[in-house]
Formats: sequence, C-alpha cells, structure tokens
Amino acid sequence: MSGYASGVLAQLAINIVIAYSVFLPAAAGLLNLGAAGFVLIGGYAAGALTAKLGAPLAVAIPAAGLAAGAIAFLVSFPILRTRGVYMVLATFAFAEVVGGILLNIPALGGAAGLSVSAYAGLPLVLGVTAAVVAFVAWLLATRLGLAMRAVHDDENVALLFGCHLRLVQVAAFTLGGALGGVGGALLVHQFNFIDVQTTGIVFSIFVLLYVLMGGTQTAWGPIAGALFFTLVPEGLRRVAELAPALKFLEGSRYIVFGAAVVLVMMWRPEGLVTRTLMDRFYGFFVRRNHA
Amino acid sequence: MQTLQQIVNGLMLGGILSFVAVGFTLTIGMLNFLNFTIPALFMLAAMTMWALGTAGAHPFGVGMNWIAAAAIGIAVAVAASLLIERFTYRYMKARYGDATEHALPLVSSLGFLLIFEHLVITLWGTEAQRVDLPFADTDLRLAGLVVGIPQLVSLLLSFVLVWLLSTLLVHTRTGRALRAIAENPDAATLMGVEVNRIVPVVFVIAGSLAALAGILYAASYRTVSPYIGDGVAADAIAGMVLGGLGNVWGAIAGGLLVGMVKVFAISSFGAEIEKIPVWGLLLAILIFRPTGIFGHTKIGKGKF
Repeated sequence: MSGYASGVLAQLAINIVIAYSVFLPAAAGLLNLGAAGFVLIGGYAAGALTAKLGAPLAVAIPAAGLAAGAIAFLVSFPILRTRGVYMVLATFAFAEVVGGILLNIPALGGAAGLSVSAYAGLPLVLGVTAAVVAFVAWLLATRLGLAMRAVHDDENVALLFGCHLRLVQVAAFTLGGALGGVGGALLVHQFNFIDVQTTGIVFSIFVLLYVLMGGTQTAWGPIAGALFFTLVPEGLRRVAELAPALKFLEGSRYIVFGAAVVLVMMWRPEGLVTRTLMDRFYGFFVRRNHA
Repeated sequence: MQTLQQIVNGLMLGGILSFVAVGFTLTIGMLNFLNFTIPALFMLAAMTMWALGTAGAHPFGVGMNWIAAAAIGIAVAVAASLLIERFTYRYMKARYGDATEHALPLVSSLGFLLIFEHLVITLWGTEAQRVDLPFADTDLRLAGLVVGIPQLVSLLLSFVLVWLLSTLLVHTRTGRALRAIAENPDAATLMGVEVNRIVPVVFVIAGSLAALAGILYAASYRTVSPYIGDGVAADAIAGMVLGGLGNVWGAIAGGLLVGMVKVFAISSFGAEIEKIPVWGLLLAILIFRPTGIFGHTKIGKGKF
C-alpha cells in the first residue's frame, strides 16, 4: 500500500475512534462539543508515558483511555447538572480549560506541542479501531445500550420505566471520554506530535458535525460520518490534482463539506444512517435470499 | 495609572465583545437557537470591507471609499444571515415541529460557519491582511490614558442599540410578535403571528450587530483575517452565559466582564494563560449558577 493510502487509512481509523467518543454520549442524548478536551488528555498522557517514562505503546494506549475516562467520570457529575444549550457550552468550556492548562505545562512542551518518537503503525491503529468498533456494537446490544436509547428518546419516560438516569448518563459520558483518550493516544503516536492549537475548538466542531451527520441511532453512524468527513475532502483534493480545470475544488472542499452538512440536516435530520435504513438494508438481503 | 489603563483596555475590548454577545443572546432568547454563524458574519463583514476598500486586493479590490465599503460589508453579512435563516431555523421549524427539541439548527449553523469561512479563504487566502484606513490615528488621549475611538464608539453604540431594541420590543407590533414567538412559537402561530415573516427580523438584527462589530474590530485593530471571528465569538459566548442567556443587558455586562478578565489575566500572567480564567469562570457559572448573573431560567432548557 502506498504511503499516501496508508496515511489516509490511519487518519480515517483515528477519526472513527474519536467519533465514537462523541457518539456514546450523543446516543444517550448528551451533546458533547468538547471532544478535543478528552483527545488532548489522552494524547498528552500517552505521549508523556512513552516519551518521558519510556513506557511501551501497549501500556500507554490503555493508560490514556483510563486517564481520560477517569477525568470524564469526575467532570460528568458537574456537567450533567447542565442541560440543552448549557451542556453544549459546558463541554466546550471544559475543552478550552483543558487546552489552557496543557498550554501552561512547560514539561509537556507548552505552546510548541509535544513530540514523541514511539510510532503506532497502521496495523496497530487498525487493530485498536476494530476493537473499539466491536466494543461499541456490543455495548449497544446490552441492557445499558437499550437504556441509553431510551434516555435519548425520552428521559422522563425512561425514568418512569425504571432506567437509572444518572447511571446511564454518567456511563455514556465516561466511556465516551475513555474512547476520546484512546483516540488521542493513537493520534499522538501516529503523527508523532500533538499540540493544543490543532486540537482545539475547530476540531471539536468537526467531530460533533460528522457524528451527527452520520447519525446517532446505530453504531454504523459514526463510521459513515468519519468516512464522509475523511474521504470527501481527500477525494476532492485528488480530483483537483488530476484535472487542473477543477483546481477550485482543492480550496473549496470544506465548502462542499459544510454544504453537505446543511443538506443532510435538511433531508435526513436523524443522520445518514438510521435504524430504518439498516432495517431496509437487511430486509433487502432477506428478500433476495428467499426469492 | 497602569491599572486604570488596563481597566480602560478591558472596557474597550469588552465593548466589541458585548456587541457580539448581544447578537448571540437575541437569537437564543427569541428562537432558542445557539447561532454559530455569528463569527462568520463578523468576519465576512470585516473581510468584505477590507477587500472593497483596498486597491489591488484580489478579487474585488477597487479601492472604494471606506464608509461605502463598510456599508456593503454590513449588507453582505445581513444577506448571508437571511440565507442562513432560510436553511437552518425556518426549514426545521416548518417540517419538524418544535425546532428547539432538535440539534439541527445548531449543527446546520456550524455547517454554514464552515461554508463562509472557507469561501473567504478561497477568495482571499488565509493570511492576516492590513487595513489601511485613511485616518492616521484612531486613539484618543485623555489625561494620559489611551482610548481607542472605534472601541469607544462600539461601547456607546451597544448601549444605544440595546436601549433602542428593548424599546422597540415593548412598543411596536413587530416587537410584540417577537416576544410572543420567544414565549411559544406554536401559540404565537395560532394567535396569527406570521412566524416566517417575523423570525427573519431577528436574523437581520443579529447579523447587522455581528457585522458592525466586525467592522469596528477591523477599524480598531487595523488587521483582518478569515479567523478573526472565532476567538471573538468564543469570548462573546462566555460573556453571554455570564450575563444569562436571553438577557440583552446581561450580555453587555458579561461582555465587558470577559474583556476585563482577559486584559487583567494577560497583563498579570501573560498571554498563554488567558484561556483558563475566562473558560474556568464560564464553567463555574454554568455549573453553579446556570442562569448567569442576572438571567432568567426558561431559556435553553430544551433537549439540545
């Protein structure tokens, strides 16, 4: 595989892991505009472990997930006191505070960012991503997954039917944070670098956008969103390279992405991949087999 | 003297922030919609003014009179704001019932933020550009204090405009319709308020506030770039929350407070630390007093 293709594939895999970190809270009805916060915690924790303490990746990646998960657990209680727009703003503020604190730790590189030498190759990144996808698919099939869906659809009714609302929300938020940490650990070791500037507010906005665009009803949504978000800009860039007449596509690929977001929200407000779509998809194959 | 100058600087920065914060708080108070396109409108007006006013800016560099360029900048931003209304708030409203129960307008507005930012980048590149205004010096010196005229204007203008807005809201027919929509859009429709005609008014007001702020920003800092809106809007959101969502006077107070906190944090601890006090304060307010310093409780309680 060429360097270019494996680079895009690794980026796609990391985007999928980070997408699931926002998807899990969103599947329980919690909007998280602070993906960058957990990615930064995980990335800096894993980076510090390998670069400063010489820990192997097999230790650093789970440790990053645990660190981000622990912090997500602690902040979930105050953040769950807020609702609606306030929660969007609170998670956004949390990410900014995390960034601000990391910016002021000279041992971790400050504004210059953290460079590491340990490298997470494509097989490792793909392996971790596959594990994360399998974990989320399994989680949604458990009672907790069912409870998350109930809470997402209607908190009050879920409460009446005996869902432990607080438990479900804290679990969704904490697991999401942990996945964000794993994503950050992969990110820092794939690119050998992480900094607060590039993992900032725009990053959080992009993640939330492609998760909601993909759809929060099924575990396939974030994959669809990350695929679209990663491949459409790359594809437009390739087209612009191959055909000079279409040069304008190079600069305008994010305009196309933004317009696609607006249109998807108009035509498929629940996202590209919905439960109905998956049922139809399976139904299509079942009918074909019987025919 | 040093401290006094810092207070003045904080108020000057806060003047622009409170302008943008009023735009945010109006859309959220009236329509329960966190409008993330405001930074794009802020930037669009400033960049349009720069491009039209600078001879040789490619494209559209015609070296136009600066006042006319500013007016066109505001007009472009208002037109963009109406386009945004058409594809975010109105569409959701018409087809999916209570738009406040959906994340859709929020998400679509983030999409529009991307569209406009990258449109400007495609046209004029990502570099920061100098704004060569013909006025030699926009600073006023009063008893040893340096006061920026554009910031002073924006501070005074924000007071005047907010006073005007609150008067219009109470005393005109459109104002009454707007308050009815803020209370309950469905009930307002039943009472004969044409929601699709009245809601664009909010977008025109919010768009022109953001555009004016962008132009005053360009005039006082003499520099524009496609990214100027992001930082200002983030601080303005912090100011809006401090003042309480939907409270216009609170937005002004919150904007000024954020300006002060930023200036004092930078002058006492350096530029790298400024995020922590502003966002820490915002996080604390959201958790312990989510209605803000003087807010009311009803707004933003929808699911998203």
